[in-house]
Amino acid sequence: MSVEHTPDGPDRLEDIIKANIGLDGPLLPILHAVQHAFGFIPEFAVPAIATALNLSRAEVHGVVTFYQDFRDAPPGRHVLKLCRAEACQSRGGVAVEARARELLGVEMDSTTADGAVTLEAVYCLGLCASGPAAMLDDAPVARLSPQRIATLIAEIVA
Amino acid sequence: MSVRVFVPGDAAAVAVGADRVAAAIASEAQRRGVAIQIVRNGSRGLLELETLVEVETAEGRIGYGPVYPEDVSGMVEGGLFDGAEHPKRIGRPEELAFFKRQTRLTFARCGITDPQSLDDYRAHGGLAGLEKALAMPPLAVVEAIKMSGLRGRGGAGFPAGIKWDTVRAATGATKYVVCNADEGDSGTFADRMLMEGDPFTLIEGMLIAGLAVGAAKGFIYVRSEYPHAVASLNRALQTARGAGLLGPNAGGGRQAFDIEVRVGAGAYVCGEETALLESLEGKRGQVRAKPPLPAHEGLFGQPTLIHNVLTLAAVPFILAEGAKAYADYGVGRSRGTMPIQLAGDIKNGGIFETAFGISLGELIEEIGGGTLSGRPVRAVQVGGPLGAYFPPALFDTPMDYEAFAARGGLIGHAGVVVFNDTVDMAAQARFAFEFCAVESCGKCTPCRLGAVRGAELVDKVVAGEVSELATLEDLCEVMKLGSLCALGGLTPYPVLSAMQHFPQDFRPQAPKLESAG
Repeated sequence: MSVEHTPDGPDRLEDIIKANIGLDGPLLPILHAVQHAFGFIPEFAVPAIATALNLSRAEVHGVVTFYQDFRDAPPGRHVLKLCRAEACQSRGGVAVEARARELLGVEMDSTTADGAVTLEAVYCLGLCASGPAAMLDDAPVARLSPQRIATLIAEIVA
Repeated sequence: MSVRVFVPGDAAAVAVGADRVAAAIASEAQRRGVAIQIVRNGSRGLLELETLVEVETAEGRIGYGPVYPEDVSGMVEGGLFDGAEHPKRIGRPEELAFFKRQTRLTFARCGITDPQSLDDYRAHGGLAGLEKALAMPPLAVVEAIKMSGLRGRGGAGFPAGIKWDTVRAATGATKYVVCNADEGDSGTFADRMLMEGDPFTLIEGMLIAGLAVGAAKGFIYVRSEYPHAVASLNRALQTARGAGLLGPNAGGGRQAFDIEVRVGAGAYVCGEETALLESLEGKRGQVRAKPPLPAHEGLFGQPTLIHNVLTLAAVPFILAEGAKAYADYGVGRSRGTMPIQLAGDIKNGGIFETAFGISLGELIEEIGGGTLSGRPVRAVQVGGPLGAYFPPALFDTPMDYEAFAARGGLIGHAGVVVFNDTVDMAAQARFAFEFCAVESCGKCTPCRLGAVRGAELVDKVVAGEVSELATLEDLCEVMKLGSLCALGGLTPYPVLSAMQHFPQDFRPQAPKLESAG
């Protein structure tokens, strides 16, 4: 069942808009809150936000698609973001990424067929002296190795 | 009397198990009926020691590290709470050479205090700068910043005092202070560590700035990759409001000032100041053409003082101890200290705050202890993904804005990423373009198209079309001169420096040499 058909979907959206509309430049805070509530930015949210902020749908769509963080579809049950930036590369990040792709059977920025894990690239988590680093859902993980990423993946796909 | 135990809450410590270490210590103490108080301090900044557990004893704070959750039970059994001997005991952390050699002005409290305790902040010298500033006319505060020689720590190195003066003199319905905490450069983490480990320093710096330039509102734009920093700032801001530091009579003075945290959404280019302002306004993070400068027409068209975290966090010291005390550190036109971040394949990675002028070689070999892998250093990238790659032959370069510029590099946000001899510099050059292509805001053509074509050209060169090297150089020239902002304009730096210092890697099927230069 898609979100707009859940009984409280539009109500929750309205609450979010109401709670943030008084801010200076409220669009990003609203989008963050919408994604937090629904897991992604549902299609029905765009025209409603546009109307509330006196923007065109195109403007809101433009912002949603500009930023890497905002999704147009629900992610997997877990989101594993692997750092691909230079400091992690220099500490063996490429091998960690290769192992993760192999174990999950997906390329970067895609979700496993069973919907268990979304694997994403991230460019720096600020853990550059303890890499290779990753963010698993909201938890930072560092000192990764191909072996440690395998253990981590085994825990979340189990 | 309960024993105080320090377990860092810094994201880099949490990433290696600090939360579980803290929980294990709490449960061991409870099981044994020992009264302890766990303080979640910031990180001291030597990251190989994380999780660094410290216990307060009569001889001072005794450190143990790196502690993993499974170590805790045995350590408590062996007398952890008394500071007893243990293979992981390092003694008093401040006695380690890595810390002894530093000059910590901005990071003076990080790792030592409870980051969320305003009392602790005050007890360790916090708010002294604000008190001085409140007793001075705003113009004198601006003058102090000028005299200190402080330059923008985000990368451009623009004199901070001139910005303050411009915003102070500008007229607008309102004015803003914006803190750029969109620390996206790989190899940098000083902003993050400060926001998590000593958030009041940033708040105090912003408040002093707001009072001096006549702004009533501040924003801290933090990247979404830093959820711990966002949480730490929001808690600290709440405390600051409760204590009257922020609000209608900020700091007990006559002006209003408050600060709001805003979270980015995964766009590197929003670290560019005008793209950041667009993003704060709720738009796509696209770069603005300058002029107008943000100091004249910034956020919502109003005069805006925009600075990096480290620039604003240097302000309380300058006010508390005087501009001269700050300017006495450093070399040439690079005055004061810089929290340098040692990262990548380096043994002692972390924060090393020191006066400008220290050589790159000293930083990497002596302080950093060489590579973590034990392999020879082949290249060092200073200044993030837009910084040049330097070979060991350039290790005599001092950390100084002008000295780096003279050698085709830049200090940027002072991230130093070390690569060993297995690195393929053509691949690194390609990555620079790849990264630029992913992160380009798309507004200007040299960056939007150049990044994609650049990656293709590197592939062609490596595949044997050596004649394309000249095209690659041409492209870099176009991007340097024709891009609207530093993303497209500086991407040629890592590329050209890799080509210049490691030409053998750009030959077809190049055999890897042990070291270059």
